[in-house]
Amino acid sequence: MVRHLLIPLIAIAIFLGVWSAAAKNIQTSLGELPGPVAVWQQAGALLDEHISERAKAAAFYQRQEERNAAKLAEDPAAEVKIRPYTGKPTFIDQIGTSLFTVATGFILATLIALPVGIACGMSATLYTALNPLIQIFKPVSPLAWLPLVTMVVSALYVSDDPLLAKSFVNSAITVTLCCLWPTIINTTVGVASVSKDLLNVSRVLRLGWFTKTVKIVLPSALPLMFTGMRLSLGIGWMVLIAAEMLAQNPGLGKFVWDEFQNGSSSSLARIMVAVFAIGLVGFLLDRGMLLLQRRVSWDRNAVLR
Amino acid sequence: MTQDRQRTGSTRRRFIKHTTLALAGLLLLGGQTQAAKLEKEELKFGFIKLTDMAPLAIAYEKGYFEDEGLYVTLEAQANWKVLLDRVITGELDGAHMLAGQPLGATIGFGTQAHIITAFSMDLNGNGITVSNAVWEEMKSHLPKGKDGKPLHPIKADALKPVIEKFRKEGKPFNMGMVFPVSTHNYELRYWLAAGGIHPGYYAPHKGDTSGQLKAEALLSVTPPPQMPATLEAGTINGYCVGEPWNQQAVFKGIGVPVITDYEIWKNNPEKVFGVSAAWAEKHPNTHKAVIKALIRAARWLDENDNANRAEAVQILARPQYVGADVNVIANSMTGTFEYEKGDKRAVPDFNVFFRYHATYPYYSDAVWYLTQMRRWGQISEGKPDSWYMETAKKVYRPDIYAAAAQELIAEGKMQAEEFPDFATESGFRPPQTGFIDGITYDGRKPNDYLRQFAIGLKDKEQI
Repeated sequence: MVRHLLIPLIAIAIFLGVWSAAAKNIQTSLGELPGPVAVWQQAGALLDEHISERAKAAAFYQRQEERNAAKLAEDPAAEVKIRPYTGKPTFIDQIGTSLFTVATGFILATLIALPVGIACGMSATLYTALNPLIQIFKPVSPLAWLPLVTMVVSALYVSDDPLLAKSFVNSAITVTLCCLWPTIINTTVGVASVSKDLLNVSRVLRLGWFTKTVKIVLPSALPLMFTGMRLSLGIGWMVLIAAEMLAQNPGLGKFVWDEFQNGSSSSLARIMVAVFAIGLVGFLLDRGMLLLQRRVSWDRNAVLR
Repeated sequence: MTQDRQRTGSTRRRFIKHTTLALAGLLLLGGQTQAAKLEKEELKFGFIKLTDMAPLAIAYEKGYFEDEGLYVTLEAQANWKVLLDRVITGELDGAHMLAGQPLGATIGFGTQAHIITAFSMDLNGNGITVSNAVWEEMKSHLPKGKDGKPLHPIKADALKPVIEKFRKEGKPFNMGMVFPVSTHNYELRYWLAAGGIHPGYYAPHKGDTSGQLKAEALLSVTPPPQMPATLEAGTINGYCVGEPWNQQAVFKGIGVPVITDYEIWKNNPEKVFGVSAAWAEKHPNTHKAVIKALIRAARWLDENDNANRAEAVQILARPQYVGADVNVIANSMTGTFEYEKGDKRAVPDFNVFFRYHATYPYYSDAVWYLTQMRRWGQISEGKPDSWYMETAKKVYRPDIYAAAAQELIAEGKMQAEEFPDFATESGFRPPQTGFIDGITYDGRKPNDYLRQFAIGLKDKEQI
């Protein structure tokens, strides 16, 4: 108990102390680097902004309803609809947008990476064929993918009334491209290293290819597959923030970039709030994956952290 | 008199049209505002974090867009290139643009796309800032007034020896501007050239779009909000940008604004509201409604001798718009400008949004931009005067503006006196003086105008 609670608390206290002391001595052109107190205040301010923006949204909807009612009274056949709020997305909205984007990109990547990884693990020939490509694309930064993705999406994704915003598609695909690789590699390794004994058993039992994959290969490769997915999600989250900053797509990255551009006296503190939020969300995502992994893992003794 | 009769005539025609088309009740209630069906009601406009985006913010905050039945989202963009590309691809319905952008895109300098404008967003609003080190050296070459402060306007003559010193030491003299076809690029070049400093040529036909051929001062692109940070990092020695990014340099103590664009050319045209020609063709009524809202917003900004500016500053300081501190934005928006720290001077027309017919898209403004594109080689071959006129007419659309204005007058929201006389307006301002080098500009004679410059391409000259 003491170890699990006290030691982290002491560490955090020391961190805050060092931060606070150091911040006072760093003079930027936007004023002093904000300390913990300033950041805490801005976090409160951001929450207040969220609440007041919600009130404005409510008024906006009410005005629309009144206008629509007037329109209908005038002409019962008139087409009316309620449009989404056009005000600015708040910090909390931005967190939601980022989470939704990363989830889309990650699920898309997993849907591609798992079958490819399994196929590569089961066929040495396929693996040899794809390995160079995987190795070359793996280290590519999102900043290199983004311009390509943006141009290609603009060229291919044309519709008058798109279901998904182009910026969302851009970010999601960039996330997908960057978080395919750890899942593919780990799945391949996991599938390839299924114990020979188990494979022999399947041979003795004369299991079909499908049954063998589902009953023997997948369960034993599962821990490594999950490791790959956890790595992928972590990368995806980092990539997304960078993509949003660069392409001005809605989300936390855009929030950070806008604040950097604003250059107001509270900008640095607000960016720090975002940094903590990004870290916290990333941590929670990772914990979530871990929980899922524990749920599906057959090896109850494996130490997962 | 004739104009009055015309107006009554058009009202009567519209009245007859309505009675035949619609129910009498509908006419009574909505005959004015719902006169035309909007093709699109949900719109997204882009802007760059600069105080001259104010008409957009005001039209949103004061409900002028909603009055027209428009649901508008405003979105800050990373830089002018991203903004233009997004208007072209249709991600944005329209945007706050550099006046040179619709012209440059339409003639195919940089990205090729037909962009038009029916609304000019403001006059003036820029400044040129140099780093503290450069200012220290410039100071010794400046004439001083009785109070010991340097005499304004400061000419680039004082910068020339500084640049020569840089060159002797083998160091490049770098300056930032915001986009190759930006007002800032042309203003900075104008100021430098007026002081005998060559800012360099473009040669797009040879694939050279750096704009640094034969240059004594090397100009390069930096997005507006990044200017102070880039100056602070020492990458550039000075820049030309819109507000609040000159005042920000004063507040941060990293640079000194030496001149405003008002002193380079009194009441020069600045930003425009641009949409793609295809969009405008598809959404004529929506377009008109947008222009109506923007005209009202611009009027609000200048009303009663700038009485609303303080409120405008509060709005612009919100993080979703410009986001800089209130006192930084207020410095220029409320009619003063702070040069060297503590040297605050009155520049009542620093940023004009409505008076002097600021919102009307004059052909002569378009032609001026085209002359500067020609002067610096962005247009590589000499063109006849008629070409300038045709290009201006392709991009600047006072007809749409006039239609919007007339609706506002008919609805009683504006007075006819607040606009140019549409019946007689030619779209050309009378020959303009008020340039720092004393040259007169007549929009009807672009080639004659170009011939007056000592530095710059003219007639058939080519790089």
